[in-house]
Amino acid sequence: MKELLQDGTVNRVLGWKKGDLPYNPEPAFFKSAEELDEFIYDGFCGANLSKYMIAASALEGKTLVLLKPCDSYSFVQLMKEHRVDREKAYIIGVGCKGKLDIERIKAEGVKGIESISGAEIDGDCSTLKIGTIYGEKEVAYKDAMLERCHVCKGKEHRIYDELMLESADTLDSGRFEAVEAIENMTPEQKFAFFKNELSKCIRCNACRNVCPACSCRKCVFDSTKFDSAQKANVDEFEEKMFHIIRAFHVAGRCTDCGECSRVCPQGIPLHLFNRKFIKDINEYYGEYQAGNNVEDETPLTDFTFDDLEPGERR
Amino acid sequence: MSMNTEFKPKIVAFCCNWCSYAGADLAGSSRLAYPADVKIIRVPCSCRVNPMFILRAFEKGADGVIICGCHPGDCHYSTGNYYARRRMTLLFSMLDYMGIERGRTRVEWVSAAEGVKFSNTMNEFVDAVRTLGPNKRLGDLRCKD
Amino acid sequence: MKKITKKDLAALLRFIGENEALYIPGRVSGQTNYVRYNENTDVDLDTLKTVKSAKEVFFPQSETLYTVKTEDGKYRISQEELQNEEFVLFGVKACDMKGIEVLDKVFLSEPVDTFYKARREKGTIVTMACGEPEESCFCKVFGIDCAEPQGDVTLWNFGNEYFWKANTEKGEALTEKCSSFLKDGDEATVDAIKNAIRTVVEKLPYMNLSLEGWDGTKTEEKFNSPVWEELYKPCLACGTCTFVCPTCQCYDIKDYNTGKGVQRYRCWDSCMYSDFTMMAHGNNRTSQLQRYRQRFMHKLVYFPANNDGMYSCVGCGRCVDKCPASTNIVKVIKAFQKEGK
Repeated sequence: MKELLQDGTVNRVLGWKKGDLPYNPEPAFFKSAEELDEFIYDGFCGANLSKYMIAASALEGKTLVLLKPCDSYSFVQLMKEHRVDREKAYIIGVGCKGKLDIERIKAEGVKGIESISGAEIDGDCSTLKIGTIYGEKEVAYKDAMLERCHVCKGKEHRIYDELMLESADTLDSGRFEAVEAIENMTPEQKFAFFKNELSKCIRCNACRNVCPACSCRKCVFDSTKFDSAQKANVDEFEEKMFHIIRAFHVAGRCTDCGECSRVCPQGIPLHLFNRKFIKDINEYYGEYQAGNNVEDETPLTDFTFDDLEPGERR
Repeated sequence: MSMNTEFKPKIVAFCCNWCSYAGADLAGSSRLAYPADVKIIRVPCSCRVNPMFILRAFEKGADGVIICGCHPGDCHYSTGNYYARRRMTLLFSMLDYMGIERGRTRVEWVSAAEGVKFSNTMNEFVDAVRTLGPNKRLGDLRCKD
Repeated sequence: MKKITKKDLAALLRFIGENEALYIPGRVSGQTNYVRYNENTDVDLDTLKTVKSAKEVFFPQSETLYTVKTEDGKYRISQEELQNEEFVLFGVKACDMKGIEVLDKVFLSEPVDTFYKARREKGTIVTMACGEPEESCFCKVFGIDCAEPQGDVTLWNFGNEYFWKANTEKGEALTEKCSSFLKDGDEATVDAIKNAIRTVVEKLPYMNLSLEGWDGTKTEEKFNSPVWEELYKPCLACGTCTFVCPTCQCYDIKDYNTGKGVQRYRCWDSCMYSDFTMMAHGNNRTSQLQRYRQRFMHKLVYFPANNDGMYSCVGCGRCVDKCPASTNIVKVIKAFQKEGK
């Protein structure tokens, strides 16, 4: 990376910068080799940098960007929508051994964290050793992984200029298991489940703002002419409205990168909305993975003469 | 009289300009009856119906929403209703997934010549929604009184 | 000094909840927030930080101000009633309590916010010392002692008991009401608990952060600093930090068309949003850099400059925990330190 930056192939590097706690690296642009000393890539670098490439595509020169396999789907999808410029990106596909969720670690009763080892990308990523002011703790890497890594889409990058580092298999559960479990509930149970989950929503819009598919210059929910408040949970209805419509707007474009669920401050499993649409699309219109390539027609801009009628089930 | 028979569902019907709205016209001029609680909103094409329109109708107090368009293959704009069909399929499935009664939403293809079908469809739909009772799961409390 | 055994707590809460409204940290779908207590509430006093802070109880995320209805061709305006029911807010930590003091500065100085004032008058606050503060906490930086929170009554969690101390008249009244549940406790144990907490505080990484240079005097220098140009970059412009913050007090006023009239309500706003302070001519902060800077300048510079040095950050660390891009006020303070500005 340093060489590419120094020989002028790229003008900046988009990666992650060391945090001030053992688990909070932040997405950052590095402009010099010296700045790169603060670069880090470990199990806590969950952020999908494709989103930042929208802004980087407007900058002068090339941006070197590090994409994990799942991030590369988002990048391809954004290319397809002409929101990022391939010519302005130098993509290093980095390996991934599953990304960690600090909330899950804390849910194991770990408090007062001072140090974490075992999250290094060149390690075997099996056990996290956590030093806390209340003593040493151990958490299995797998138990601390983000939900999305348990349903990993695979180790292959959809797009890259160069590859670095090994990936690990983290897939260990069915992608649509949770969706199916909800489908099998009674209407009352379904309603109660979503009512409780959505009642936590604080309308912070983190899910929308982090989402690579939510790349509209002006979101419909930010319109001042819009009747519902875009930032207040005044009525239960507004939460449903926001989350249904948001999921709908990204239906067929959502790559299932899982960023929405990762960032939700209230831990709402937002991927359950997106995955329901993905599951329906797969069942009704044939298997489709957004971000697989730039050529495929997206399911909602396509049709066949004998599509299912609304309300029917196949 | 019990509450159930008194309940008059409010229905919003999005009708495409070229087929279903003309079908409603024909129903009218043929003096075919359908409940006055059906409020028709004319749209250029069934694919003009944004999922948000449907949710918005429920928010403001609708008990049922029906979308009517040209029969597949007959769209004035060739393909609009095919797109609408996919969108509504996904939206209805999502509403069902969230525990909102499936019977409150419907899509029906009604041509300009089908005044009878229009009237029958509306009568059936109103009956179906009446059986479901008032919409409690997808409204805004502030619009209730 | 009084005390109550933990197994009696459920009965005490039921007792309080029967007589007046009780707000307490409760779990819903895996997250702890302040909820209105009822028999089914899954009370959770062990989670250190509720996701949303206690400010919500006095300054709700959204509240109706008045309603206009049309009746027989005439408008009828009805003002929303002020809080007239006594209530107890239970389990507030020292940082959130200080957060309420910050809000008091804003809402109780002229022009007084009557909705807020009514809630403050009717509410009795039971605070709780922090058992095990976490690495993202930095309350000490703002002079807060999490071992001894203020409020009407203070509780200390120790073994099988909660120690209970009334600090104010309201607190005495609540203690009196609940006297059948309380036994006498000894000061010495509580002093030991306090010392233990303070020892833990010293070990936490953020607790001794220096605020040098953030005193409200170097406004221009801070405002124009190039440091912001790099700091803001990860920010996604969501409102998470603002909405979980115990001191953020900006709100927006909006009208909702109910079909039969208009409901005017206010809701929390966030300076991170592009429509914040939007006016007819547009917006006075047009870039995310400006918005990002506003948030921290307000907390660390403008607010202390206007309020005798009181910062509008209480070091609860919620933004540290929740920011999707891991940028936060601590990183801002440190970045300026590093630059020597």
